[in-house]
Amino acid sequence: MKKTIYKLYWAWQFDKEEKWLNECSAKGLHLCDVGLLRYTFEEGLPGAYSHKLELLNNWPSHPESVAYIRFLEDTGVEMVGSYARWVYFRKKSDLGKFDLFSDLDSRINHLNRILVLFVPLMFLELLIGIINVIFPRTLNQSIGSLNLLIGLLLAYGTYEILKKRNQLKKERMIYE
Amino acid sequence: MQDFTNSALTEAVYYILLSLKNPLHGYGIMQHVEKISKGRVRLAAGTLYGAINSLLEKNWVKALNNSEDSRKKDYQITDLGLNALHKEIERLQELVENGLNLLQENNDEKDNL
Repeated sequence: MKKTIYKLYWAWQFDKEEKWLNECSAKGLHLCDVGLLRYTFEEGLPGAYSHKLELLNNWPSHPESVAYIRFLEDTGVEMVGSYARWVYFRKKSDLGKFDLFSDLDSRINHLNRILVLFVPLMFLELLIGIINVIFPRTLNQSIGSLNLLIGLLLAYGTYEILKKRNQLKKERMIYE
Repeated sequence: MQDFTNSALTEAVYYILLSLKNPLHGYGIMQHVEKISKGRVRLAAGTLYGAINSLLEKNWVKALNNSEDSRKKDYQITDLGLNALHKEIERLQELVENGLNLLQENNDEKDNL
């Protein structure tokens, strides 16, 4: 039996998303496909998988991503689906604890990758939004407010990721 | 470029190099490291992949051309990598000696009180 759930994904909460997927899996609902706002689950044995999300450097079909995903597959990791450059991975729980990163540097790198995605988009949206709100005649003002809203959401996301990164950087002063 | 020859290796790099005296694939490295560290060090696949790529770039390890039917790529340490490993072991020895000496001195002082 398949079950589809529609929900928003806030990329700065990727760790919460992983937790949610693990909770679904614990109830016997295993993610088998993702798309825009759409999550398709398959029923199975409860608690069979743990999940991780990663923003790749390239789109999943890029040769570098393909090589990386293949490397992960050799270690028992499966790619469940992807949305843009976000990839959903899972690993059978009985193969042991599932982590993509085991040191602070690679975790910080991943957060940096997310920031590189967010920050330019945030400035662009805010700029377009402000221009359209100040000069309402040039374009539609409601579109301007929408840009502004997206820009502010991205600003919040950037703040959340920076908070996570600072925490790790503080640890990095002492640990590896 | 800055000279890093006196710098510390990361634990991941150190243990990866130690695992590659004989050819081994990624998953084999993870298992080997976990075994020799008695379960303390568990390299995650993403971190391992990044480290191997950096080591390949530096020519500290090389990828071996496997037969086409085998999917898994094997890696092996190079002379450059061995050299780095020897230097790191010397550095670690210095750390351990200094640490033990200092703790020993502290203990002696306590005994004399």
